Amino acid sequence: MVPHLDAAYNLARWLMRDDHEARDAVQDACVRALRFFSGFHGGDGRVWLLSIVRNTCFSRMRSRRPHQGDMEFDEQAHGIDDEAANPERLLLRSRDEAALRRALEALPPEFREVIVMRELEGLSYKEIADVAELPIGTVMSRLARARKRLAYELAGEES
Amino acid sequence: MTCEEARPLIHGYADAELDLASSLELERHLARCAQCAAAYREIRVLRGALRSGMANYDAPESLRTAVRGAIADARRAQGVERRDTPTRLPSTLRLPTTVPPPSRWATAIAAVAVLLVIVLAGGLRRSRPSGDDLIGNEIVANHVRSLMANHLADVISTNQHTVKPWFDGKIDFAPTVKDFAAQGFPLSGGRLDYADGHAVAALVYRRREHIINLFTWPVSDTGENAPRLERRQGYNLVHWRRAGMEYWAVSNLNAAELMKFAALMRDDVTPAAPPG
Repeated sequence: MVPHLDAAYNLARWLMRDDHEARDAVQDACVRALRFFSGFHGGDGRVWLLSIVRNTCFSRMRSRRPHQGDMEFDEQAHGIDDEAANPERLLLRSRDEAALRRALEALPPEFREVIVMRELEGLSYKEIADVAELPIGTVMSRLARARKRLAYELAGEES
Repeated sequence: MTCEEARPLIHGYADAELDLASSLELERHLARCAQCAAAYREIRVLRGALRSGMANYDAPESLRTAVRGAIADARRAQGVERRDTPTRLPSTLRLPTTVPPPSRWATAIAAVAVLLVIVLAGGLRRSRPSGDDLIGNEIVANHVRSLMANHLADVISTNQHTVKPWFDGKIDFAPTVKDFAAQGFPLSGGRLDYADGHAVAALVYRRREHIINLFTWPVSDTGENAPRLERRQGYNLVHWRRAGMEYWAVSNLNAAELMKFAALMRDDVTPAAPPG
């Protein structure tokens, strides 16, 4: 049995990058889920729970770094050259668990969350769009940039 | 297809989010273009690493216990024992102390029940929902993809006599193609798509600025179903079955007008004589 709690914690853990904060965020999200049950209109419980977890994490991150306030995430600013990473090096580094975690943690949270939802949790574009409240086309382009950046971080990292 | 067009689509392709025709077109491009093929391999390498599970964090047991406790506490607060049970949870887990008024009890109890299922029995979601449920999801996904990948129609024509023969040799059935321009639903084209495990005909109609995708394919079940409306992921979806054909219409058009479209389409399809 793979409960949604694992998915909820996994997302929170990657967004907060800290076990303690992730637990707090998930507990908080579950309490909110109970309180705001009227917001649940049936459908996919996992998506609903993840969207509450996600919003909880982002509001906690914002309150921690108020200077970054409500600045809109600028996709383009985080883009990098469209050059492929060295494939041999990428393959080698991708097998290094610690390097993989470091590379993923180094991404901006908006990139990190789409990778976590798509690759670790196997959510569809539509589900990601629902959780992160993005247009579905943005999900695809953001994933494209996030993967590019992840490959760059991973292959470029000094070993 | 140029590299510029291909680049974002490679991701949709790797994620199995592209419609059939775009996938085929992209595959042709990947076969010719070494750079795009390298980009595709890069996605596969990253995916292989990420999906190996080594990057996943599982919920710690203490969190599981705490959430179970919070749910149990909420249930107690709303149940018969609500006055007698002191809350023993840490402050971070304490629920609102106000007892919901009687009119809201039912909702509150339902909330706890549903959340229990969501949080603790998530694995059940992986059990298969009903067939129509799955197909409905596929239909909505197809509709979204057709709009997203800018691949609405393979044959663009408002003429039913152009659209219908286009399907010849591409699928093993002849869909009913009828233009309803006079009734305000002009036909605008058709394409091949994929649903319920096989290639299906997708007909594209318009209503003002709205796009309607109508998916149709033959089924062995000869029973008839009247058009039934449901709302899924923000789209209206109408499903009916007539004369051995399955029909799914999906759009962001309002429910009343989509039902009107379904009625037009359905009444136009006269039941065929049984085969044999």
